Amino acid sequence: MTSTSPVAYDSKIEGNVIFTRLDAAMNWMRKNSLWPMPMGLACCAIELMAAASARFDIARFGAEVMRFSPRQSDVMIVAGTVTYKMALAVKRIWDQMPEPKWCIAMGACASSGGMYRSYAVLQGIDQLIPVDVYISGCPPRPEALIEGLMKLQRKIDTERPSREQKKEFFASLKS
Amino acid sequence: MNAPNLKAAIVVIDGRFKVLKKTEFRGEMTLHVERTAIKELARFCRDELGFTYLVDVSGVDHFGDEPRFEIVYELYRFEPGEYLRLKISVSEDELEAPTVSDIWPTADWHEREAFDMFGIKFTGHPDLRRILMWDGYPFFPLRKDFPLAGKPSEMPDVAFTKPAPLAGGPFVTVPSTATTKDREPRSRSMD
Repeated sequence: MTSTSPVAYDSKIEGNVIFTRLDAAMNWMRKNSLWPMPMGLACCAIELMAAASARFDIARFGAEVMRFSPRQSDVMIVAGTVTYKMALAVKRIWDQMPEPKWCIAMGACASSGGMYRSYAVLQGIDQLIPVDVYISGCPPRPEALIEGLMKLQRKIDTERPSREQKKEFFASLKS
Repeated sequence: MNAPNLKAAIVVIDGRFKVLKKTEFRGEMTLHVERTAIKELARFCRDELGFTYLVDVSGVDHFGDEPRFEIVYELYRFEPGEYLRLKISVSEDELEAPTVSDIWPTADWHEREAFDMFGIKFTGHPDLRRILMWDGYPFFPLRKDFPLAGKPSEMPDVAFTKPAPLAGGPFVTVPSTATTKDREPRSRSMD
């Protein structure tokens, strides 16, 4: 019985090497390890907690590491009614999050003020911070949050190379 | 404590204090009294009549009437489980009422809320600050002449407000026994 032993085939490496662009690899790593900053402000936070627990389990999408420190978070999930009294606190926490960062406006209140057309409620968190994904619902079910999270993952996947972004950023400073 | 029953208690109060108006609705008594008498009456109700529990203190704005404001005190006694409602009127020119927070400590925050929402000052209150809105917010939002959408305000580094888009609103319900379609919140003209 003859066995073929290919020359220069290292089974420890071959099959485990992928050729890709650095930016694509970075996007892939970022999108599959989103650490959320849970900005739970109202009943949406209950659904957010449900999404994090065993039945729905956002760990399947790599977003289970809820960080209560903004300095360790990638994505802020604004879950609930943002009152004017709370608004600048939310902004301040957002400002403390390191780049790159994303924001999900979860539910009607965070997206547009919802049913609170009132003197006390900010009419959508997008008036203060840039929002990547809006999720409808009052409150949205955990499936909706997961769908929003997957939308955000697809968005991160298509993010342009950081070198280009850097160039644009410096150009914008000059003008 | 051997407190008299509610009917007898009302008679006792009537004899001791000047009751401006007495109303009974479904077994619940409401006494309208003089603003200056509220403190003494409150203490009497707690000590002599056993109303040890103050359920709520709230303000009411009767915009257009004189006196404009009203303060409602909701009292309760556990034995035998009865409510008593006290009301005083406060005019806009003299927007003050004596505090009852030294009689029922729970009145502290209730009075702060009434102050926050209507601007009623409670004399003798230990810590009369806003409780829901932030210090420095210039309006009293539960007054009838305050628009539902709110007014713009700005306090750097603390908070800001903008009027809310009402988009054809306000959306109001109609109290009725009709179907949901007739009752549900809809944009209705204000006339």
